[in-house]
Amino acid sequence: MSDTQPSPTLAELVLQVRKTREYGRLTDAIPYARFMGIGVEHLAGEMLCRMTYTPKLIGNSFLPALHGGTLGALLECSAIFELLLQTETQRVPKVISLTVDFLRSGKAQDTFARAFITRQGRRVANVRVEAWQDDRTRPIASANALFLLSEP
Amino acid sequence: MERCSLFYTDIVPHNHALGLKLLDIGPAEAVVELPYADFLVGNPETGVIAGGAVTTLIDAACGSAVILRFGRFLPLVTLDLRIDYLRPARPGTSLTAVAECYRATRQVAFVRALVHQGDKSNPVASAQGTFMRLEE
Repeated sequence: MSDTQPSPTLAELVLQVRKTREYGRLTDAIPYARFMGIGVEHLAGEMLCRMTYTPKLIGNSFLPALHGGTLGALLECSAIFELLLQTETQRVPKVISLTVDFLRSGKAQDTFARAFITRQGRRVANVRVEAWQDDRTRPIASANALFLLSEP
Repeated sequence: MERCSLFYTDIVPHNHALGLKLLDIGPAEAVVELPYADFLVGNPETGVIAGGAVTTLIDAACGSAVILRFGRFLPLVTLDLRIDYLRPARPGTSLTAVAECYRATRQVAFVRALVHQGDKSNPVASAQGTFMRLEE
């Protein structure tokens, strides 16, 4: 593909990234993911999300701890990227409901998340997501989310 | 109101980064606005704001409602938050969260919230959360 062609639509971009695994191209196309420093990485054979720490993610300056909303955002973005890259959905899935459990406070450092599609129907997908920092066996937050998929 | 506004200007960096504004307060109620901004977009094809930004708006509004219910600044943590997305948000328009702490025990507070875009009878999202006071 030459550089002179117009930039691909999001659906085209998703199709390309599913093949090439150049995840940065997809996360760069989503302004909020760029703002939050949320990216997708392929590590040891699995797809993870990383939210790179910056001071603007802090919710409590005294502890300091990450804002609860930033963990919710990471969990939700992680679920959306999992659905976009691992299923056949053509458009960004729409979140129907999201339940987040905050298990430990988030420290001022990078946070990781991994999403698991627990059920995928024709129209609805259930996704479970966990976020952690130093120790994957001690998650700091988890979520169950329900998404509406576009039909292929 | 002025003291509570500090959570949106100075004390909580992420609230400030998103541009959250405290619009109004009640005895156990907080009204918080998330102005529309291009950097908050989650779907570049529709211009709809990312769910994560809405989650943060709700978390901030609910936390403020709890602090207002207790009547003084307390270190708080969110235990859980459930959000139902009732309809897609209109791009280009700010979102307003109205949060009410309807029950508080010594340690745990229960909050519900609605997010709307000017018309409370046509909300974008509804939420319920629980918060806990940290030991002092």
